[in-house]
Amino acid sequence: MNSRVPAVEARQLVKTYPGDITALSGLDITVEPGTVFGLLGPNGAGKSTTVKILTTLARPDSGAATVAGHDVLRHPDRVRRAIGVVAQNSGADPVATGRENLQLQGRLHGLKGAALGRRVDELLERFRLSDAARRPVKGYSGGMRRRLDVALGLVHRPEVLFLDEPTTGLDPEARSAMWDEIGRLAGEEGLTILLTMHYLEEADRLAERIAIVDRGRVVVEGSPHSLKGELRGDAVHVELREALGEAGRTVLGGTLGRLPGVHEVLIDGLRISVRADEGAAVVPALLATLERAGVGVAAATVARPSLDDVYLRYTGRRYAEADSADQFVLAGGAR
Amino acid sequence: MSTAVAQTWYMTQRQLMVFARQPAYAVITLIQPVVWLFLFGSLFKKVVELGGFGTGSYLDYLVPGVVVMSALSSNMWAGMGTLEEIQRGTLNRFLTTPVSRAALMNGNVVYNGLVTALQSLIIVLLGLLGGADYPGGIGGVAVLVPASVLLGTVFGALSNALGMLVRERESLIGINTFLLLPLTFLSSAFMAPAQMPGWMRHIAAFNPLDWAMVAGRSALSADPDWGDVLSRGGGLLALAVAAVWLSIRTFRSYQRSV
Repeated sequence: MNSRVPAVEARQLVKTYPGDITALSGLDITVEPGTVFGLLGPNGAGKSTTVKILTTLARPDSGAATVAGHDVLRHPDRVRRAIGVVAQNSGADPVATGRENLQLQGRLHGLKGAALGRRVDELLERFRLSDAARRPVKGYSGGMRRRLDVALGLVHRPEVLFLDEPTTGLDPEARSAMWDEIGRLAGEEGLTILLTMHYLEEADRLAERIAIVDRGRVVVEGSPHSLKGELRGDAVHVELREALGEAGRTVLGGTLGRLPGVHEVLIDGLRISVRADEGAAVVPALLATLERAGVGVAAATVARPSLDDVYLRYTGRRYAEADSADQFVLAGGAR
Repeated sequence: MSTAVAQTWYMTQRQLMVFARQPAYAVITLIQPVVWLFLFGSLFKKVVELGGFGTGSYLDYLVPGVVVMSALSSNMWAGMGTLEEIQRGTLNRFLTTPVSRAALMNGNVVYNGLVTALQSLIIVLLGLLGGADYPGGIGGVAVLVPASVLLGTVFGALSNALGMLVRERESLIGINTFLLLPLTFLSSAFMAPAQMPGWMRHIAAFNPLDWAMVAGRSALSADPDWGDVLSRGGGLLALAVAAVWLSIRTFRSYQRSV
């Protein structure tokens, strides 16, 4: 039924960096034209490497990918004409003005003369940079710079726009403005957006489909809504006063799992996560069971399913933990 | 204009604009040559009495040496700019556009060449103001300046390649400080070859810095040896082409490590 060429298609991408660091271990994604697709995962999961391969910066060790129908390995030039890239550091020239940065980017894409001038004005206007157009970029605020970065990526009217963590480092106000901006871009005819995200709340808000990337591959893919829908019921999280031993975990896990209405139990460290049809209804039984077992409870919360729960379900790790664990590895010198 | 030439010009223009907007930087780079010409030149004024300098004024002898030495010391830091562009994300942004990879590197080469030519001319004029005499006249300057530009290109391109390979400021600073003085002293910059210890003279004969000085000095003299000028100039041109080719090749290795 769908004869359209996917805007992005990656098959079995593998990439290893020197020192045996595996960035991608067989990543597959397909992005339909005109959609917003989110790659979600903690630091070091392989999102940025995927973007680098799809934007012709890096070459995979194996696997294949097409962007806008062009093979990234065989026809990188065709791919480069079809894509706009907004990297985490887009590196606008700080000494040049906003307008000059846009003009150069346009020229590199073959725009010139009056057409270039019109396009630059249009983008300055649209990204609320007209007043700052004649000022050097070094005086721009973080939000203004980010808007300029996005404008740089759009100067040649690309078919596919890559946004690598577009809101990282922005203050809450600028972040919310950027979300609105991406929302507007998504409405543009024909534009496909592939964005990588670090914050789960962002994926929920921006992307029609998301793929959760963990350790170099996609663990699950779908719309945020359907992914959350697949998780039956609510999440009940109980914070413990002390971590349980191995034996305690097994026994308690079994007992809690037999409580009526409970589907899944996951105990790690100081936290017990339970999935139940009616979250609020199982809390009394849950707390009573813990009390009988002599386990001190610090807090209990009931939540509607979130993407955090989706992440937990498919990777067996909590998002925040995976993130900080990977940051620790990063600090230790690995990529 | 073909696309590659136009793109090279865009990349050159972009850097010229930065240069023009930071005039203080350009002035600072002239402090060193002034020190060499006028402090060092006055201090060792009498050294010409040893003979073999081909002129009675040490300043006449010193000008080509300082021009070439300044070309080396300004171009060998080109890699720092490239490193900054890598860290800022600018290089990656350009690499994801259809711009020709050669234009990216050649923009640096043309820019550094223009700046080196300007710097060399200013040093020649400063020498003139200080009382130096150039019997070879305009023709001599027309050899000295391109020779120093070519020498600058050799080291500028190598520095860019190194910046992309090592990706660390410290390594670049280390290698540059290690090279600058030995390369300068193992040349005829300050002392006539006739007065150099034999082993130094032999090493200097293989030093591209020395080639540029010999070519420039000979062309500026009353009686230029055009054979010397051509052989040294040809050697510099060949080295410059090889260094630029190598730096363009380095993009591939850079892209493997991104």
